[in-house]
Parts: sequence; structure tokens; C-alpha cells
Amino acid sequence: MNFISLFDVIGPNMIGPSSSHTAGAVAIALLARKMFQEEVRKVTFTLYESFAKTYRGHGTDRALLGGTLGFSPDDRRIPDAFQIADELGVAYSFVADEETKTNHPNTVDILLENGEGHTLSVRGESIGGGKIKIVRINGIDVEFTGEYSTLIVKHTDKPGVIAYVTQCLSECAVNIAFMRVFREEKGAVAYAVVESDEEITDHVLEKIGKNQWIEEHMLIQM
Amino acid sequence: MDFLNAETLLECCRKQNIPISGAMLARETSLGSCTKESVAERLEKAVQIMRDASHDPIENPKTSIGGLIGGEAQKVRRYAEANGSICGSSLTKAISYGMAVLEVNATMGLIVAAPTAGSAGVVPGVLLALQEEYELSDETLERGLLNAGAIGYILMRNASVSGAEAGCQAEVGAASAMAAGAAVEMLGGTPEMSFHAASLALSNLLGLVCDPIAGLVEAPCQSRNAIGVANAFTCAQLALSGVTHPVPFDEMAEAMYKVGRTLPFELRETAMGGNAGTPTGCALNCGKCK
Repeated sequence: MNFISLFDVIGPNMIGPSSSHTAGAVAIALLARKMFQEEVRKVTFTLYESFAKTYRGHGTDRALLGGTLGFSPDDRRIPDAFQIADELGVAYSFVADEETKTNHPNTVDILLENGEGHTLSVRGESIGGGKIKIVRINGIDVEFTGEYSTLIVKHTDKPGVIAYVTQCLSECAVNIAFMRVFREEKGAVAYAVVESDEEITDHVLEKIGKNQWIEEHMLIQM
Repeated sequence: MDFLNAETLLECCRKQNIPISGAMLARETSLGSCTKESVAERLEKAVQIMRDASHDPIENPKTSIGGLIGGEAQKVRRYAEANGSICGSSLTKAISYGMAVLEVNATMGLIVAAPTAGSAGVVPGVLLALQEEYELSDETLERGLLNAGAIGYILMRNASVSGAEAGCQAEVGAASAMAAGAAVEMLGGTPEMSFHAASLALSNLLGLVCDPIAGLVEAPCQSRNAIGVANAFTCAQLALSGVTHPVPFDEMAEAMYKVGRTLPFELRETAMGGNAGTPTGCALNCGKCK
């Protein structure tokens, strides 16, 4: 069982009204934005099940957009997210999909676009109390929470790539707390997700980027 | 140092001769890899948010996103000022604070979930009103939050604080148990008394269903926070007077969880039964939510 902190009970500090439908929604979108690492010009949110049914009354729409703009769950600007996005010229739209069944009732797909052809699609689940999971990146099933420093490496599924990634981390003295590899099929696109208790130095990225089978990497600091 | 339930926590308190708040602080600093100073700093921040949320709607009421609530905290305060209060000044103040927090929450304002957003009014309502009425220090208030945190942690670990899982008894019920235990410590009661207060509080709200109209965290959530406050006051008063509950807290926590699991789906946050399932509740759902 994970450690339950005092501040999991007296907390989180959050914009209301719902930890799952508001605070969790902000957290998913904020994580997606950190993964994108580029300016967001356009964002499309597809909401499923409970999110699709009750998103307006819980401010889930403003929460998601706020997270995309870089706001944390306790940011008082969240209620004004529509206006702020308009001022910044970020286009946004919401699709309520009440038909498709998902693994968790509070699920959202976020499609981020930079306006120059670069896109990122992320599926997140709000699992209660403001806690979240990212469960899909660009169509590939993954699983991580963003509670640790997280390195995501997109690569081709070839022998030695994972060994190369762990070698780079070891050289930079990064202690791996959790590591998992996800792939669509043998030899195709795969994602390695590394989580660490401490900061993962940017220096790791330079090394990792040198491998021919590694296409992209994203680093989310704790 | 760690404790997994009320029994081991009480043993800890007895052996080391420390209050519940002291044991919770020791747990946080030893396992949560933070210092006493950083815990105090975060608690101070939480208190500030709680204070703002308890007071703002009394001065500046706003209508909620769903339109079901807004202005109640101010009404309670104004009536009491003009006509005196049935509940007495401490409890009336605590109720108005608790309702104010829910109003802030329902208007997309900043709150501290304690333990959840829907039950966020109970702990600040009780603790802030007691601080003012008894002129207690901020340090005492923070000890109250640590005590409430210990009780909430045990419920989160061994039972549930989710309305979807175990009904409102797990949200407002848990918050009320937390606030009752904290009030006892703040007013000089023993750790055992705190847990009697918490057990009584859980017992009194056992079976309370989660039936939010239109699925919104507005009504009946706001007035349930008021009743959570009143229940905490009553149970703290009982425990401080030496009244005990025959069932120990750990068994009450398990009982609450078991009752929660037997609640039908319609009464666990689905907005299908209880208040939400009445013809009026359904009509409000179609009118406000779609």
C-alpha cells in the first residue's frame, strides 16, 4: 500500500467542486501539457462516461483547459480558463462521448496540437481524491501517475534499447524506482516509462537522444 | 514510526505520553520524508485557505455553478445576528463556516479537501469556530488538524472516504469523526476521549447515503456539512464529559465500511436515489445539468 500522508487527508488544496471531476481533471491535463513540451495552439478533449455526463456542473471543462494552460489544481485562475485561453489564442473543443465504454468512469482523451503538425494524444483517468493515471499515449496503452519524476522514451522495439536507457540513467546516477515497457506489437513503436524518487537530470536526455532507435523522449520533473 | 489503526496509535500515545497530534507529526516526519518545519508550513497554508473559504461567502455570497446553492452561510449568520441563535453562538458560527466552505467549493473556489471536497466544510467549520470562541492559538489549531488527519488517515486506510464507494457516511461521517476527535484534543481531552468522540460521530451518521441532486456537489451536500459540524460538536461534548462509545473506533471504521458496501448503487453518488431520485431532484437534473 502506498504511504498515505497527512496531506492526502487534509488536502489536496484544490479548486472545487470535485476532487475527481475537477482537481483530477486539472492534474491529467497539466501532465499532458508537460509531456507535450511545446506550445499548445489547439486542444481537443473527448470525455467518456461520468466525465461526459456531468462535466459542465463539475467545471471539468474549465479544469481540463486550465491544466492545459499550465495551471495546478489549486490555481485560482481555473474558473476563468475559457477567457484566458481565448486571450492566448489557444483553440479548444470538448466532445462528450457517452457511448464508448472505458476502463474507468472518469476518463478523458486529450489531443494537443502545436499548429505545425506536431501532436500528442494522451488518455487519463481520474481515480479519486485528485489522484490520476495516464493510461495511453498516442494509442499505446501505458500506465504512470506523474507522482514521481518520470522519463518517457518512445523507441523502436529492438534488442538493447532498454539496456541503453538504463545505462544512461546509471551513468547519471539516477535511481530507478519503477520501470515498465509498453509496446503495440513486436518490433513496432514502444514506450519505456521510468519513474524516480529524485529529479532526473536533463543531462540524461542528451545521452539518450543519441541512440538511433530512440525517436522521442519526454521528461516530467516531480 | 507508524500506526495502522486506532489501537496501535493509542498504544503509541500511551507509551510515549504524547497526544494524537504528536504521533501523527512523528509519523509524517519519519515516513513522509519531510521536516517538522515543512509540515508546519503546509498546515499554515491549509489553515489560510480554510479561513478564506469559511469567511468569504459570508461577506460575498455567490450562486453555485449548478444554481442549487448560494448565500446560505450569510443567511445563517444574519438570522443569528438579528434574532439570536437556537444552537448557541459557537455552533452557529461553526455551521455558517462549514456551509460557507461548501459554497466556495460549488463556485469553483479554493478549498482544502478534508478528507474530500464534498465534506470539506466540517473540519474547518468546527476547528475555526472553536479557535475563535475559546481564543485558542494557531498552534492548537494545527494540532487539531494533525489529530483530524490521524483519524482520517485510519479511515482512508482501513475503511473508505469515498461517497461512490461507501456513501455520505464515508465523507461527511468521516469528516465529522475527524472534527470531533480534533475538538477533544484542542479542548484538553485525552487521546482515548478523541477516539470515543470519533466513534460516536461515525456511529451517529452510520448509513447516511450519498444522493447529490443532479450529481452536483451542492444539495444536500451543503446542509449535510452543517449536520456533520453539529454532530462533531455533540460528540466532542459527550466525550469530554466522559461519555464513551461501547464499540472501539477500529471496529466502527470496519462497520462503516461494511454498511457502505451494502448500500445500493443508487445511493452511492450516482444521483439516482434519495434526494436525487425524487421527482423534484430528477427535474433539477434535466434542467440544470444538461
